[in-house]
Amino acid sequence: MTAVVTPLAPGPGTRPPVRRRRRKLTLDRVSFLLVFLGLPLAIYVVFVVSPFLQAVYYSLTDWSGFTSTQNFVGLRNYTRVLTDSIFLRAMRNNIILVLVLPLVTIVLALALASLLTVGGSSRGQTRGLRGSDFYRVVSFFPYVIPAIVIGIMWSRIYDPSSGILNGLLTGVGIDSAASFPWLGDERTAMPATIFVIVWGFVGFYMVLFVAAIKGIPAEIFEAARIDGAGRLRTAVRITVPLIRDNVQTAYVYMGILALDAFVYMAALNPGGGPANSTLVMSQQLLSTAFTKGQFGVACAMGVVLAVITLVFSGLVFLVNRLLAGREEVR
Amino acid sequence: MTATELAGPTTAPDRAGQDGPSGTPAGEKLFAGVSHGVLVLWSLVVVLPLVWTLMTSFKTTNQIFSSPFALPTSLNLVNYVNAWTTAGIGSAFLNTVLVVGSALVLVMVLGSMCAYVLARFSFPGARLIYYAMLAGLTFPIFLAIVPLFFTLKNFGLLNTLPGLVITYVAFALPFTVFFLFSFFKALPDEISEAAALDGAGEWRTFFLVMLPMAKNGLTSVLIFNFLGLWNQFLIPVALNTNAANYVLSQRMAAFASQAGYAVDFGALFAAVVITVTPVLVVYIIFQRQLQGSVSQGTSK
Repeated sequence: MTAVVTPLAPGPGTRPPVRRRRRKLTLDRVSFLLVFLGLPLAIYVVFVVSPFLQAVYYSLTDWSGFTSTQNFVGLRNYTRVLTDSIFLRAMRNNIILVLVLPLVTIVLALALASLLTVGGSSRGQTRGLRGSDFYRVVSFFPYVIPAIVIGIMWSRIYDPSSGILNGLLTGVGIDSAASFPWLGDERTAMPATIFVIVWGFVGFYMVLFVAAIKGIPAEIFEAARIDGAGRLRTAVRITVPLIRDNVQTAYVYMGILALDAFVYMAALNPGGGPANSTLVMSQQLLSTAFTKGQFGVACAMGVVLAVITLVFSGLVFLVNRLLAGREEVR
Repeated sequence: MTATELAGPTTAPDRAGQDGPSGTPAGEKLFAGVSHGVLVLWSLVVVLPLVWTLMTSFKTTNQIFSSPFALPTSLNLVNYVNAWTTAGIGSAFLNTVLVVGSALVLVMVLGSMCAYVLARFSFPGARLIYYAMLAGLTFPIFLAIVPLFFTLKNFGLLNTLPGLVITYVAFALPFTVFFLFSFFKALPDEISEAAALDGAGEWRTFFLVMLPMAKNGLTSVLIFNFLGLWNQFLIPVALNTNAANYVLSQRMAAFASQAGYAVDFGALFAAVVITVTPVLVVYIIFQRQLQGSVSQGTSK
């Protein structure tokens, strides 16, 4: 799922005072609660919660799937996975993705969003740029295109001989670009892949940030302008801190996407790319499970992937919390 | 902050703002011009690949390789026919409509029920359920995929469309519940109390009073779920390996990897156009609603 939502925990802080009386347990009420809560939860437990828990258990066994016996092997799968040079290579690629992808996407999206919202006249009300609706609609296009199709499309665009990219480059006189294999060269395969994913998501986050910036009271921008803050300073010092929570959400979601990245890799370089330069953990997991039949090892890879995802999300929250604290002290 | 930071980024358009409330019209114009330039550039980066794909879908494979730039000589629809029938895009399209349609109905009904109970009733374990949902939203599907394979196998649902539907429902559920949770939470208590006073039971209150009031939230979630499920790739690839049941994304991937051997690139481009057109049309019709949803979903 690629959509974005900020969870609202039913903790003591957010819950408004409960003013509902405890009513009698009538048949109406009992049947209502049973069906309304029971049905969704049953599906959720059987098809989501239980597979997650089973995966953790299987990761400790030597299960090969179709045998009935599974022996408990402790952490052997983990030592095997974490010393496997190919899996470590995949992990490294995922970490490169998680460092580069959210940063590039969000910076680009923020820049475009700022141009759209404060690009108009700086006098009077903060006005958006003329034609901003057009730019918004167009930039959002890629978000609705299926990821696999984006991948297929770009693999044709990057094609050494019949792709439009090399055609354009040779057209403007860069002859060394003729038949250059963007996805087949170890140096360019990863950057080219990253660009494809950025292409797909910048518009979505731009729209998100535009909405957030429009939610900032106009008086704040007005005050900044009277104080003599230029546009760049307004964007960096005022806009970004005020929409910090949206940036955090975007960062977490792009990071989770970067740790997955399966669809894009499967479309652009199904085999892991030249010298495994675009191989990611998810690809390795699927082939270990469904091609080699090593389900225990595959589950261990899944746990490693999940742990990295959780650590990443935790780090983003922590950094945001620390930055917020610094602001308040100032 | 400090003066040192001011020195760096002072560009010509930037100075316009520093002249105080009066501003300089020339600087304004320059800044607007630069903004338009950057935005037009990005729009081209977005649109050009799509236009090229559309253009190429009308060419024969020979033309694609000999002159990737030239406009198609005629409005050649053979590629589309080949893609729809020979490559099986047609049947995959129907499978996708069937699976995504059923999954959407189910997940909207079940998700709104669950969100409603969690948001408006207090009972022991509510917090636990909420956090279990949060975990489902955060954990990668990859962790679950192997056991899920065997769960479906045990139910006899592996490689079947109903199996795909129920998996879609289960994994779209946490997002749906989260999104609607805040909507139901925000509805005023007085309304359900009034409904109760008027003699409406819990069932009627939900379906006739509360659900219609959450209409905006429901539409937003519906759009996001549609996009998410229509584009879903991993779940079918791992759990639906029977070629007759392939959904669109799977069929496209299979077609693209097979195209490397039996080269029919023209049909591949046509298949891309067939896949993209319905979502683009839906998007252009609903783009206001969708862009509104993006902000709703994140400002909660």
